[in-house]
Amino acid sequence: MEKKWEEMSAEKKREARFQTWLSPKDHEGNDLRFQSSESEATYKASVIRFKDAVLMEKIPDRVPIFPIGTFMQTDVYGVTPYECMYDYGKLLSTNKRFLEDYKPDYYASPAFIGSGKILEILDFKQYKWPGHGVTKQSGYQCVEGEYMKAEDYPALIDDPSDFWLRTWMPRVFGALEPLTNLAPLPWLWEIVAVSGLSVPWGIPPVQNALKALMEAGNEAMAWHQQIEAFDMEVRGMGFPTVMGGAAKAPYDILADTLRGTRGIMTDLYRQPDMVLKAMERILPLQIKQGVGMATMGGNPMVFIPMHKGADGFMSDEQFRTYYWPQLKALILGLASEGCMPFLFCEGSFNTRLEYLKELPKASSFWIFDRTDMAKVKEMIGDTLCIGGNVPAGLILTGTPEQMKAYCKNLIDVAGKGGGYIMATGTGMDQGKSDTLHAMIDFTKEYGVYK
Amino acid sequence: MSGELVKLLSDLKEPEALVFVEKALGDGVDPMDLLGEAKEGMSIVGQRFASDEYFIPDLVFSGVIFKRIVQILEPHLKKAEEAERLGKVIIGTVAGDIHDIGKDLVVFMLDANGFEVFDLGIDVPVQKFVDTIKETGSTVVGLSGFLTLAFQSMKDTVDAINKTGLRDNVKIMIGGGQID
Repeated sequence: MEKKWEEMSAEKKREARFQTWLSPKDHEGNDLRFQSSESEATYKASVIRFKDAVLMEKIPDRVPIFPIGTFMQTDVYGVTPYECMYDYGKLLSTNKRFLEDYKPDYYASPAFIGSGKILEILDFKQYKWPGHGVTKQSGYQCVEGEYMKAEDYPALIDDPSDFWLRTWMPRVFGALEPLTNLAPLPWLWEIVAVSGLSVPWGIPPVQNALKALMEAGNEAMAWHQQIEAFDMEVRGMGFPTVMGGAAKAPYDILADTLRGTRGIMTDLYRQPDMVLKAMERILPLQIKQGVGMATMGGNPMVFIPMHKGADGFMSDEQFRTYYWPQLKALILGLASEGCMPFLFCEGSFNTRLEYLKELPKASSFWIFDRTDMAKVKEMIGDTLCIGGNVPAGLILTGTPEQMKAYCKNLIDVAGKGGGYIMATGTGMDQGKSDTLHAMIDFTKEYGVYK
Repeated sequence: MSGELVKLLSDLKEPEALVFVEKALGDGVDPMDLLGEAKEGMSIVGQRFASDEYFIPDLVFSGVIFKRIVQILEPHLKKAEEAERLGKVIIGTVAGDIHDIGKDLVVFMLDANGFEVFDLGIDVPVQKFVDTIKETGSTVVGLSGFLTLAFQSMKDTVDAINKTGLRDNVKIMIGGGQID
């Protein structure tokens, strides 16, 4: 991925990214040493299986299996979300144990869990997390709020980075509230400005904010070191990850991150033009983030969790105005850089499937939660890899027999002819041993393509 | 009653609805009539939501308009004029879960449609539901939850209601993202 990258076709770039994923490196950039020749073969077979499923050029050897969990992998061993966020060693050793016991094809990165210590240092207000606003047994949960006010659109549109630094971050992190004292960074030009613009860095509350950032950084280094060692170890055991980069639909950045659900829904009526303009600014930033992270992670997948465009969350007209054009541009932008967008459709997407037909073949893959999979297969199954739909309720309250029957139907209907990934449709916070084993073991057996 | 406010609110015409209310009050229209029209408008919004003509943003925004109308009317309303309620409903997001958008919409629509709602908020301990049933004599209990952990909390809550012998007196409804 060195020279001439810019001149390569999207297809070549994608192939290069898949090759990087297929031949993982250790943290020093050398070829990763696998634990055994079997683990190397398992790793490579799993990557190729996934590649075959998403590129849809050939039928994979069998249905790939990816039970997507956050705290599920640790919950099945009685380790609490609180322990996961504060005892990194326990988080990682338990995740490793899950892989050894359940043997899914891919692992869900424990990096998604994050560190409770870092959140405490920064006094993060946008979420409650185990032991901090919710019980130690609960996963983290978003606190709905207008972290960007209705009147902030011009500032966001004018300079998103400045808005993030001096407005959004001070509101979302209590420890960074003093950053409101900073001057806009582009005010710094040439010698005459340097001394004056250094003043804000000397204001005692700003210095406290900087100290908090340094403390968070120190903790993040310790956390990251352990996460990275885990990544290397489990890859060496034969488990690839399906998470390269991440990005969000521009509307979800507004609806989840900035304005909140109620805020954005009101904006749709009161200031629709501002919503559109803001998304125009957000879109290229999201493409850059997805591509940048995928490159850093050595993995073509760009995870795009979707929330506020699902069935019921807006009308068809609103979807076609405020959600789809920007999402489609994000998908195409990522694909043109050789990335493979991984659309995670929480809730249901039944009324949106018609739009997905506009996407070029193999330009992305789609994991569904409660969408009708027979309809999905029929409508987009020829062009896009699909997956998911194993219900959280079935995992937590079902029997192994019910799970097998459900998975059999999925493989028969959605898995027909390839292009299907067996997965949960939501990031599971909890799990149950017998149904999870049934999902994985049955698919390994019944999901083989003959 | 002209019905104009019913239409303005149900069509989500915020500025027009507010101007209409201010003007009608100035013209001496009975604020109770205006409140009645606003409620009728909300009822139409609910029907349109049920028939997939309206979606969550429409519900949320109708709520915003309705609240602003009530704010304008409130100083003009006499407390005694509060209409009789159809029944009592207890509602809350179960223990461990702090999601409230869905719950708040249900609370709002129940309230606008004439029910007396006891909204216990989020992360509601099991005992709080039991106590409120005893205190209010409500016959309907709504349990909301978005997370998978809500399954267990809902089960615990229903079990606790069972144990106190109140189960036969109440209908329990559950709702939320992962409920099927």
